[in-house]
Amino acid sequence: MKKRIEQEEVRYIAHLARLQLSKEEEIKFARQLGKILEYVEKLKEVDVSDTAPTFHVLPLFNVWRKDKTGVSLSQEDALSNAPAKRRGHFQVPRVI
Amino acid sequence: MKGYRVNIGLEVHVELQTESKLFCNCATCFGAPPNTQVCPVCLGLPGVLPVINAKAVEFTISTALALGCQINSFCRFARKNYYYPDLPKNYQISQYDKPLAENGWVEIKVKESVRRIAIQRIHLEEDAGKLIHGDASENTQERNLSLVDYNRTGIPLMEIVSHPRITSPEEAYQYLITLKRILQYLKVSDCNMEEGSLRCDANISIRAGTEMGTKTELKNMNSFKEIRDGLTAEIKRQSYVLNEGGEIIQETRLWDSKRKATFSMRGKEEAHDYRYLPEPDLLPLKISREWLEKLRSQLPELPSSRHQKFVEEYGLPEYDADVLTDSPELADFFEKCLKYYPYPKIVSNWVMGEFLRLLKKEATFINQVKVTPAALAALLKELKKGTVSIGLAKEIFEEMFLSGKQAQEIIEQKGLKQISDQDSLRDIIDQVIKKNPRAVNDFLAGKQRALGALIGQTMAMTQGRANPQLVNQLLREKLGFK
Repeated sequence: MKKRIEQEEVRYIAHLARLQLSKEEEIKFARQLGKILEYVEKLKEVDVSDTAPTFHVLPLFNVWRKDKTGVSLSQEDALSNAPAKRRGHFQVPRVI
Repeated sequence: MKGYRVNIGLEVHVELQTESKLFCNCATCFGAPPNTQVCPVCLGLPGVLPVINAKAVEFTISTALALGCQINSFCRFARKNYYYPDLPKNYQISQYDKPLAENGWVEIKVKESVRRIAIQRIHLEEDAGKLIHGDASENTQERNLSLVDYNRTGIPLMEIVSHPRITSPEEAYQYLITLKRILQYLKVSDCNMEEGSLRCDANISIRAGTEMGTKTELKNMNSFKEIRDGLTAEIKRQSYVLNEGGEIIQETRLWDSKRKATFSMRGKEEAHDYRYLPEPDLLPLKISREWLEKLRSQLPELPSSRHQKFVEEYGLPEYDADVLTDSPELADFFEKCLKYYPYPKIVSNWVMGEFLRLLKKEATFINQVKVTPAALAALLKELKKGTVSIGLAKEIFEEMFLSGKQAQEIIEQKGLKQISDQDSLRDIIDQVIKKNPRAVNDFLAGKQRALGALIGQTMAMTQGRANPQLVNQLLREKLGFK
């Protein structure tokens, strides 16, 4: 079965991911994403009626830690990769 | 409202009071300098792995048990994807199709009738960071910026979602008060709304028939009262729109507490599309029956059963039980006091009266107070013996409250012992009679009220230490009445 992705859907997903795509990119990605989905569709050919759903690849449960605090980063280190900072904060363009 | 029926659903977010965050060991203290309680995990740096804080799971299960939920024996986490700077990973680790618990209830009282509010689900997720948006009053450079503090990112957040079956703003208000009290009894959160430890969003719709109306989501309410006011305003608005033949649009609206109205939050009208997927970095949880039973056995006595005990066992009026069970600390204080002085109504009067008055006046908290329940009981024993009058007892209690001294100590230090010795009182009464011939004559002429003035004079001369009943009796004797 040929799986097609419309350009409009690419635009919507790009918007959710806050990506700005050119017209050419939209067309290109629609084609490429369609191919990826087509490829994954192959999985549907496998009969899984007798297989229990897998939630996780590791057969482990309840891996957790005690409620203990440890050392955090210093403010300086925390902000060291930030493209912009101000008064101990990460600085971003105004969002509201 | 004109024949419309109301459906309200509440989402309550509760920050759990763990020492460390949900998936890393950063501290969770409120008010630390920005970005000082962060690490590669909660900053979402590449190559890190989250590890679940067992205490947060335990707190959530305890809450679910207290709210009569079914605890799922299997649950897992999910990624909720959205792009907003309060979330450094661009996804929030939450729960989706397999939450920790489902189907519980909270019993509330509205105007003397009892109603059960159904809870749909309880799940565990990580909190997001705090954004500060520059506003016009600040310097012009910051006007077009938002600043991000990730200290709050990753603090365990428990979400309690009610069914949309709350039928009025008042019911919503009572539900929140009752729920908050249960959480405080469980000691899973400090529930401090000013610090954002407890936050609430509301969904609301109205309908004329049986079919549910279009709902709006209401945000930005910072107290239970604001939630009640916001819901009331929104019902009014929706009724108006429908009455005018309009249509309700599904949208998020913000409550404006100054203008007492809700306003559409424009710009965020796109449909939520979070693209949930199972969190591959975390292993699922299996909750064993043994663990559940252990946690159930450790649940504290909850407000409703404590309230019932106060009324049925101690014979207190409903009102007293309401006040005393408002916080577990107050109920504990009352019950401890009762151990030493087993007169519930008297103890209740003092705890509700003087104790709460002083707490409020000194703006302090029960766990910081210097006076102990045993000390209050000792004072009440002195009062009962007649060593001190009620007025003096209140003064003594205030000093005990402030200094932590014992009643006995204050009574002896200040010579506050009530004068019940007839001979010394007779001397004082003689002087009072001499000094107040008019009052004496008035009384002898039949004016009962004049006796009050003479008693007052005697009390004043003894700095309130005279036993008023005895003064009354001795005065009457002196003046020839028996």
